[in-house]
Amino acid sequence: MKKYVGLFGFMTLIYVGVLLASPWNWDSLALNHFNLARRIGMEGIICVGAGLLIISGGIDLSLGSVVGFSVALAVMLLQDSGRFGLQPLPAFLIVLLFGALIGLINGLLVTKVKVQAFVVTLCGMFIYRGLAKWLTGDIVQGLKDHSSHIPNWNGWIKALYSDREIWGLLQPVNWLLKQLGAQPIAIPVSLVIFLLLVIAAALFLHFSVYGRYFFAIGSNERAARYSGVNTDGYKILAYVICSTLAALYGILHLMPQNSATPTQDGINLELKAIAGAVLGGCSVRGGEGNIFGIVIGATILVLLPNLSLMLGIPDFMEFIVIGLALLIGAILDEVLRRFSAAHKMH
Amino acid sequence: MPQPPPLIEVRGICKAFPGVQALQDVNMRLAHGEVLAVVGENGAGKSTLMKILAGVYTPDAGEILFDGKPVVIPGVDRAQKLGIVLIHQELNLAENLDIAGNIFLGREPTWGGPLRLISRRITADAEPSLRRLGLDVSPRTRVSALPIGQQQMVEIARALSLKSRVLIMDEPTSSLTQRETERLYDVIRDLKRDGISVMYISHRLKEVEMIADRVTVLRDGRNAGELSKEQINHEAMVRLMVGRELKQFFQRTRARPASAPVLEVRGLRWERRQTPIDLALRPGEIVGLAGLIGAGRTELAETLFGIRPLLSGEVRVDGRAIRVRWPRDAIAAGMYLVPEDRRSQGLVLDETVSDNIGLPSLDRLQRLRFVAMKRVRELAQSIKERLNIRTPSVRQRVNLLSGGNQQKVVLGKWLGRGPRVLILDEPTRGVDVGAKSEIYAIMDSLAGDGVAILMISSDLEEILGMSDRVLVMHEGRLAGELTREAMSEEAIMRMATGGG
Repeated sequence: MKKYVGLFGFMTLIYVGVLLASPWNWDSLALNHFNLARRIGMEGIICVGAGLLIISGGIDLSLGSVVGFSVALAVMLLQDSGRFGLQPLPAFLIVLLFGALIGLINGLLVTKVKVQAFVVTLCGMFIYRGLAKWLTGDIVQGLKDHSSHIPNWNGWIKALYSDREIWGLLQPVNWLLKQLGAQPIAIPVSLVIFLLLVIAAALFLHFSVYGRYFFAIGSNERAARYSGVNTDGYKILAYVICSTLAALYGILHLMPQNSATPTQDGINLELKAIAGAVLGGCSVRGGEGNIFGIVIGATILVLLPNLSLMLGIPDFMEFIVIGLALLIGAILDEVLRRFSAAHKMH
Repeated sequence: MPQPPPLIEVRGICKAFPGVQALQDVNMRLAHGEVLAVVGENGAGKSTLMKILAGVYTPDAGEILFDGKPVVIPGVDRAQKLGIVLIHQELNLAENLDIAGNIFLGREPTWGGPLRLISRRITADAEPSLRRLGLDVSPRTRVSALPIGQQQMVEIARALSLKSRVLIMDEPTSSLTQRETERLYDVIRDLKRDGISVMYISHRLKEVEMIADRVTVLRDGRNAGELSKEQINHEAMVRLMVGRELKQFFQRTRARPASAPVLEVRGLRWERRQTPIDLALRPGEIVGLAGLIGAGRTELAETLFGIRPLLSGEVRVDGRAIRVRWPRDAIAAGMYLVPEDRRSQGLVLDETVSDNIGLPSLDRLQRLRFVAMKRVRELAQSIKERLNIRTPSVRQRVNLLSGGNQQKVVLGKWLGRGPRVLILDEPTRGVDVGAKSEIYAIMDSLAGDGVAILMISSDLEEILGMSDRVLVMHEGRLAGELTREAMSEEAIMRMATGGG
């Protein structure tokens, strides 16, 4: 528990840093917060997926490529000039289905063929990135005629697309802001989806039998199997959840930018997802972690680069900052563990 | 009067694994409320038979009758539905879950509905089986925070809570303290009264004598014989297990008269609040180190060998003070450790016998910094012959050897370097009777060559049979020393439990 208090403190500290380093005017604050919230929603979704999988003792290195593939697939399905020209809803369902299918394949290879998860998903990383390039002909593909297309989309898709106001919840506030001549505020859809996901995942992981089995499998798979738990089934489920969430990320990623860049979409995302989960207290050995921690891990992962941006640290330093934060976190965790173990003895 | 059918009857069971016929035409029956001990050497097929009954393996041939009716047990859940529960030899707990979570793993009480949210009842439900075992800890304690003996009790608690009709216990006492073991005996007697049958596997024949109503002996995957309550005694069991008389089980040629000590330890501490430890070993003597689990025996061994940082104290080998910062320092002085857990600490399981034996001596077995493979194999070959390691070739993977032969390989690793002091931590744990006797003979001959041996053991018979004198530890300090003449189980236990 103390660990999570510490993590929460660390997150707050970075957030305060971001506030202090930002220019103090309403418009840029509002914009930055909108972007932060959006990124937290997105990265959070992928971190929850990776976290669930890591808790059950698995690992998925193909997440980033699955995102790239999902973006490419969605664009190809939506394009008017393309072969399909589907409406968004069926197109997104198909993308999610493909995500689930990829997870199923990964899970089956790991449990039934018994290839190491690291190897299976490493291969997946190449394959799905390659598929994304193949689908798009290795060029940037846009939804060219979206301007005529979008208005016909129903309400929530529109909200998803614009990643802005939903349900008019903020209308009174924004009316007031308008009177003051200030930038209106909005809640990004990705954050809303993320929060719903967090509630579901918390129930699933910490209060349901299924989550209990995830922990048991990650902690001692044989013990779970000998207790009559369908270990293979739950492991496959973990891969399916993880890949499906990657596909969801792909959809959310596509909407605002409205195009697929097969070489860039979701690149390195699997590493960020693992980093967020581990930063949030998941052990790569499995059986350890919690949703609260993962949320904080994902938030730190988004806030840190933003802080370094605000401080004027060049862009390319982002990875150094993330790497160092993770390393320091891991060292502190180990030191604290030893300290408390030494104290328990006496 | 027609006899009621036995609860379980096993007829003509066969099971083969790649390369081994584990069971061949094995028959067995278990009556209601009976405690049946199944004994046999390692590899005799006991565990395989138990795992078949518990649904972990399916047999190749033969039939199982439960309550007189033939049954098929394709999985653990089916076995549990029949009421057959296996307590595994290796701990099978999800360490990151709490005690209650482990006890009810796979059958958590829920609030109902498809969400299957876990009910808070789980904690209260765990209490009775814990209390029955005298386990005085909260069901919400994480299992990883428990000492190993209590973890074993949690496994037993789990089995009790299953409302089983047959409990199969595979070496249940291997990591229990004396008190816990006695508690377990009480529980078994209770179970018997309730009409629950128990199958009990143990290497500790003394336990079998105490607890069993009947003994079935397996040898090389076949039935080797059966003993009724009156016939159960140590020699009879050993005879059936090995198929011959063991002339001399413990082999100890009396030590030579004392000379200058080869190992001297003064004021040794590895923890701040600890009474410093002094001890001395003379060449050619075997000193037993007894004590309860957690008394600090393994810690002492690890500190001497440089695995655990030494806080203070002086260690002298052959009169020369050495600083043990890591195992290299101890090894350079000729002091070696055969660790407690051979599979995780003693061997590289996926490598060959020859690679394992050569590993600590590679500094000597090289040419121009390249490993001299031929010399490694020659060394391994000579050790194999000297210790009678039963393997078709030294190029065999050590994983495929039996426990006893693996243990000989761990010993053999150090013989290549000419030991001065050998620290053996539980040298015969999980080793079958035949190999035990061989290991004792090896220890005796090493002592005859002037090696000083410190033998940590929880097996009091072994301590009494092999030691020239015994040191007893209690809560991190040396509680006392007993000479050969003063040694007895009672005296050792009194010291080990903190009595005078």
